Amino acid sequence: MKARVHVMLKTGVLDPQGEAVRHALGAMGFEGVTGVRQGKVIELDLAEGVTEADVREMCEKLLANTVIESYTVDMG
Amino acid sequence: MRAAVVVFPGSNCDRDLAVAFRAAGAHVTMVWHKDTTLPDGIDLVGIPGGFSYGDYLRCGAIAAQSPICRAVRAHVDRGGYAFGVCNGFQVLAETGILPGALLRNAGLKYICKTVDLRVQTSSSAFTGAYNAGDVIGIPIAHHDGNYFADPETLTALNDQDRVAFRYVGNPNGSVGDIAGILSENRRVLGMMPHPERAADAGHGGTDGAALFRGLVGALAPA
Repeated sequence: MKARVHVMLKTGVLDPQGEAVRHALGAMGFEGVTGVRQGKVIELDLAEGVTEADVREMCEKLLANTVIESYTVDMG
Repeated sequence: MRAAVVVFPGSNCDRDLAVAFRAAGAHVTMVWHKDTTLPDGIDLVGIPGGFSYGDYLRCGAIAAQSPICRAVRAHVDRGGYAFGVCNGFQVLAETGILPGALLRNAGLKYICKTVDLRVQTSSSAFTGAYNAGDVIGIPIAHHDGNYFADPETLTALNDQDRVAFRYVGNPNGSVGDIAGILSENRRVLGMMPHPERAADAGHGGTDGAALFRGLVGALAPA
């Protein structure tokens, strides 16, 4: 089984990389992009019996820094 | 004073930190990230600058989970002193020993230059040899030094006089120009600038030397 963890900077935390991407898109002529937020995806290969609760604990303790980041977990 | 300096894979300021402590009169022992205990009788743990574990995942995140960091946490919980510089500050933030987090610099660039810092408080063993309001020139060298904390944390840091240093002219976007903060018991300091790189005339500046001198003086056995 796989789990896919999405980690994003929280709303209100400045994302200078996303902002640089937004700026570049505008400079390339792509119009109408009013905001870009950049995050990361972490894929976990899991043995039988590992639960979503286990993955959430991994997020809380290591995969995300909840001071600045939020995360979502997709199982399967 | 007896100090231990932690060495992670990727640390690159560990010897600089040890040299600065020794020059100020401290006895220094190096400890490895896989060690599970600190040497007996240690007063202070130094967590040096560098790129621990290649900055993988987040700066300091893997180091914060290392065996030695569990010992550092126990040392701090006992009331021991700790000093994190640059990556060491990031490690202390990732462990939760210090509040907040260090984000990518607002300008996205790695910055390596000497900056002016204002000493915000002289009320700590780290800053006692300075006067509040002193402006000192200390090098920075970081890509992720943009200090962030939520408004409640910032209020607490300000109300409790726990901001040790602020940038004069903010190089990296840090909230409140914060360059270094103290723990609630004022025995842990984390800062992005490198005082150990301004501690000898050969460095081109000696404004950081007072931090080490003051610390060793404050922690010397009575």
